[in-house]
Amino acid sequence: MTTAATALARTATATPRWRRSLGHLTTHVVVIILLIIWLIPTIGLLINSFRPSEAVQTSGWWTIIFQPSQVTLDNYAYVLAQSGLWQGFINSLFITIPATVIPIFVAAFAAYAFAWMQFPGRNLLFVVVVGLLVVPLQTTFVPVLQLFGKFGLNGQFIALWLAHTGYGLPFAVYLLRNYMSGLPREVFEAAAIDGASPATAFFRLAIPMSVPVLAALAIFQFLFVWNDLLVALVYIGAANPSNQPLTLVIANLVGSYGNGWWYLAAAAFISMAVPLAVFFSLQRYFVRGIVSGSVKG
Amino acid sequence: MDPRLGTALVVLIGIPAVLVGYIFLSEQVLRGVPERRRGRVRPWLWLAPMLGFLIVFLVYPTIGTFIDSLKDQLGTKFVGLANYSFVFSDPDTLGAIKNNVIWLVLLTALTVGLGLVIAVLVDRVRYESVAKSIIFMPLAISATAASVIWLFMFAYQPAGTPQDGTLNAMLAAVGVGPVPWLTVSDFSFNTILLVLVMAWTWTGFCMVIISSALKGISPELIEAARVDGASELQVFRRITLPLLMPTLFVVGTTMVITALKAFDIVYVMTNGNFDTQVIANAMIEQLFTNGDFGKGSALAIVLMIAIIPIMALNIRRFQAQEEMR
Repeated sequence: MTTAATALARTATATPRWRRSLGHLTTHVVVIILLIIWLIPTIGLLINSFRPSEAVQTSGWWTIIFQPSQVTLDNYAYVLAQSGLWQGFINSLFITIPATVIPIFVAAFAAYAFAWMQFPGRNLLFVVVVGLLVVPLQTTFVPVLQLFGKFGLNGQFIALWLAHTGYGLPFAVYLLRNYMSGLPREVFEAAAIDGASPATAFFRLAIPMSVPVLAALAIFQFLFVWNDLLVALVYIGAANPSNQPLTLVIANLVGSYGNGWWYLAAAAFISMAVPLAVFFSLQRYFVRGIVSGSVKG
Repeated sequence: MDPRLGTALVVLIGIPAVLVGYIFLSEQVLRGVPERRRGRVRPWLWLAPMLGFLIVFLVYPTIGTFIDSLKDQLGTKFVGLANYSFVFSDPDTLGAIKNNVIWLVLLTALTVGLGLVIAVLVDRVRYESVAKSIIFMPLAISATAASVIWLFMFAYQPAGTPQDGTLNAMLAAVGVGPVPWLTVSDFSFNTILLVLVMAWTWTGFCMVIISSALKGISPELIEAARVDGASELQVFRRITLPLLMPTLFVVGTTMVITALKAFDIVYVMTNGNFDTQVIANAMIEQLFTNGDFGKGSALAIVLMIAIIPIMALNIRRFQAQEEMR
């Protein structure tokens, strides 16, 4: 008799309990199988990124168990030196930071006006702004592309800063206005009586009190832009290869399949480093940002 | 000097300074306005940057795209609804629409279904937070990186040679011949594979939201049902599931929109070949490969019309949820 069977036999008198523990066992088995399925693709890629190119071409990543001495950093050294990946990494930072900062400031100004200033048509205008959430990015490409063309902005970082700001605003305004209008009224009234201007009240009171929602929004927008392929493809694309972000560089590497696609593993991990660092260090804000930001176009 | 240093300065100092400066400058401007009018002018100064961006990047382009969709390839003359009749008659775009329907049904069912199952299961184990992190993690990385990850899973070598793709090696271990994943054109097989990659990414999203709704169900209610002799399955079907329905609806509509807009994974993994075309990729092809702005614009408008009703439902639900807080 196996040990598991003995354990079951021992608790057999208390039927509900052994049934429950059998149920628990099934739960554990199912959960662990699912976790393994979820992890294997990433682990396979991670291991392949540390294997020499000849090995990646001739055998699977799991053979590393039999040849642990194979581990090498050559792929990382190669992609960073050769394929414009390092430049892509810098470009991604140059694109992503302003494309996160600008929409958050602009949205915060507008959200503050919507929440704490009186003006005719306030509610109607807010509904129109939120209604713009239905516009998919695809609907804007041709006219914006032509507009950028007139000003010679295609292929420049500023094209992506401006476009991502426009695309990110409806959602950012929506979320920030809902949060700011929930802040305590007394605080703003007291500040006004003390003679603080709206600008002072905004920077000294509204912004510090909105930090949780600002953090969630910043993380969402940062990752959205960092991981974006479509918008970069349209406005940077082939117009200016030296300004391409990481996602575009990697997509091109996939396209040029034959000549060294095993370097892709290392390239993909370099692009994942920043989002994974954000994910593991700021998980709470990250989850909130992604969850509330998912309706964005 | 490295020109990148200049860009870095603009990025880190210049842009925030301009933005903060705008508000203080607008307060300076307001000093010149008679005091009783200040309150009327001020909101519009605070709203102006937002209005500018929204008009230039969303309102004007949407109108422009609609007009472009009624014009010929180069936008020189009106062609009526010709581009739309192309969209609904060309085999490539019809294939894209068919595939988008497969995406919509399969992706929504898989992510919401698996998300629900995982949320319920991890609720009963002590390593819940670790398990949730693992399932949620793919959402942090780009669809481009996810595509690379899965290209290694699907890699294929001719029969008789060692298999380096994870799935084919597993099949080889049980004596099944290698499958040329992603190049089998029958039964929309390739599209289903791409949907699986997307489901791997988005299940964590559904799980997190469903899980937080699950935590909101009062434990007394569940306990009372158990005391009355309900089995675990009955508790789930009669109590948990009905209470989760509003959440499942919100998550489901979000996934429908995600499926309609599917692009990155298709572009990187197959570029629409082997019967995997989708509307978003067909549109990019019209714009950049064929240089046909009319047909590309028509595809974009079709996409928007498909999204509007679902997004409207979603916003209304989201609004109701926010008000309940």
